Amino acid sequence: MTYFFARRVGLGLLVVAGVVVLTFVIARVIPGDPASSWVGPHASAAQLRDARHTLGLDRPLPIQLWRFVRGVLDGDWGMSIHTHQPVLSDLATRAPASLELVTAALLLALALGILAGLVAARWRGRPLDVLVRLTSVFGVSMPSFWFALILQLVFFQTLHALPVSGEYDPALDTTHPLAVHTHAPLLDALVTANWPVLGSAVSHLILPMLVVAAYPGGVIARMVRASVLDTLGEEHVRMVRALGFHERTVFARFALKPSLNPVISVTALVFAYSLTNTFLVEAIFDWPGLGSYAADAIQSLDTPAIVGVTLFVALVYVAANLAVDLAQAVLDPRIRLR
Amino acid sequence: MTELVTSEVRLMPTSSLLRTVRANPLLGVAAALGLTLVLLALLAPVLAPHPGDAGTATHPLDTFLPPSADHLFGTDPVGRDMFTRVLYGARVSLAVSAVVISLSILIGLPVGVVAGTLGGIADTVLMRITDIFLAFPALLLALALVAVLGPSVTNATIAITITWWPWYARLARGQAASVAGRPFVVACRVLGLSPARTIIRHVLPNSLTPVIVQASADVGGVILTSAALSFLGLGAQDPTPEWGLMVNQGQAYLTTQWWLVTFPGSAILITALAFNLLGDGLRDMLDPRTRARQP
Repeated sequence: MTYFFARRVGLGLLVVAGVVVLTFVIARVIPGDPASSWVGPHASAAQLRDARHTLGLDRPLPIQLWRFVRGVLDGDWGMSIHTHQPVLSDLATRAPASLELVTAALLLALALGILAGLVAARWRGRPLDVLVRLTSVFGVSMPSFWFALILQLVFFQTLHALPVSGEYDPALDTTHPLAVHTHAPLLDALVTANWPVLGSAVSHLILPMLVVAAYPGGVIARMVRASVLDTLGEEHVRMVRALGFHERTVFARFALKPSLNPVISVTALVFAYSLTNTFLVEAIFDWPGLGSYAADAIQSLDTPAIVGVTLFVALVYVAANLAVDLAQAVLDPRIRLR
Repeated sequence: MTELVTSEVRLMPTSSLLRTVRANPLLGVAAALGLTLVLLALLAPVLAPHPGDAGTATHPLDTFLPPSADHLFGTDPVGRDMFTRVLYGARVSLAVSAVVISLSILIGLPVGVVAGTLGGIADTVLMRITDIFLAFPALLLALALVAVLGPSVTNATIAITITWWPWYARLARGQAASVAGRPFVVACRVLGLSPARTIIRHVLPNSLTPVIVQASADVGGVILTSAALSFLGLGAQDPTPEWGLMVNQGQAYLTTQWWLVTFPGSAILITALAFNLLGDGLRDMLDPRTRARQP
């Protein structure tokens, strides 16, 4: 067990090192001069030289890599050229909004996906199964940016039913000012018992959450269906059925739990996917998270910010995968003995 | 009919194919839809009512026309026929995914098969490199890479390929590793065949099936990724008729000219849907475990 843990953590660290080097390689080949966008179009040659020096662009590449790695470890992720703020503090203020959106979407996707997958497996080949399979393929095939625009068109323009931009109604800032603790308004409103803001935040969350949940929901439903069908073919289920247990008990007690292992690992995978998906969705919903930060950074050729976001999401991804591997090893002895 | 079936049954399970299509009508629909899309893409120059509108043509008098008999999908802000552009968009999207997937297989298959067959240090090194690429969500790495290379269809294709090949390497490795343990591969070694010959003649052909299934299922994913890059301004540039780019260009007119966003987006959805269903259906058909469990 200890060996398994040490080995997985060691491999994880190796991948992290690779990720850092790869991001550095990507960052350093970006054409265009970050220094000239740092100082603006009317700067003198001397100012430009100073900027290059300040940003460390005049050093040889191996030195830059060393400084980059040390910076990443020290929590110095460079200055954003666009916002003129340290990238890490930008990420710290932006990440909670995205994590809130992605977490809400994943919870929805898990709830609906597991339910739909179970229903499809229970009534395999029947109309309900076909419906679940079709809907889940739709979810997986949906271009999220287009889905976002269509939802806006339907719910805002046509039905005037749901708000389509921002995290909550800014008019509430004057009547019910929100104390910022976490930069995730839903959470902040909840802990400070700010009910009007909470209600507004929930209604603002619905549409972007639906868009982000489409893909993971489809993936999870398909996974649960396939996995439950696999488990139903196993000896222990035949045994339980032969013993005369009710079909509901067979599903709830004996088929569901062994089927959830692959679901846990796919959830880690779609978590990172959804975090990237916010790059496409947040700008459309004016959601102040990592996604709109990344979109701005790409527009303004903000190298440190692009690198920072890329690195952050990749690290979250590695961490999520590691956590899942370890959790599964704890839950399922077959994995750590393999 | 019976004769045809019996004569071919050894090479290709035609009867089982028919049975599978009947048991899984979605596969039939998906195959027909996929084929239609490929045909539409190939025949776009013949079918398009205004072929010039796929390029730089502008018609200042025909801007923002709503859908009509002459312009089925309406016209865009410079008066180009949207139906023509959506039709030509199929060429761009399908070409990009064909190139990405072919290149990914060309890179990933050899890497995976070599790693899976040889095992040991070669396996560890190759798979750790693969892991590092897999540590990035595909869109994220592609996005950073296109930011490096500059936005264009070619660079988007290169970037997506760089993020895509590791999946094939991992898939082929798993398959090759299981094939390499079988008696006939051991026999090759006992007979003194060179590792290269063993890999190319014996392991590779037996590792292909899951790769082919994956390739058909991946068309949808590649189309979504390339459309996303173009939507962010990092892929195709005007006047290229690319679906993601068209949605981006129509975004500003969402509320007043709904057709600008609706049609190219539906095209992305339908194409991705067709190939995802096709991949699913093929997997069901070729995977003996799921086939055996057909009711």
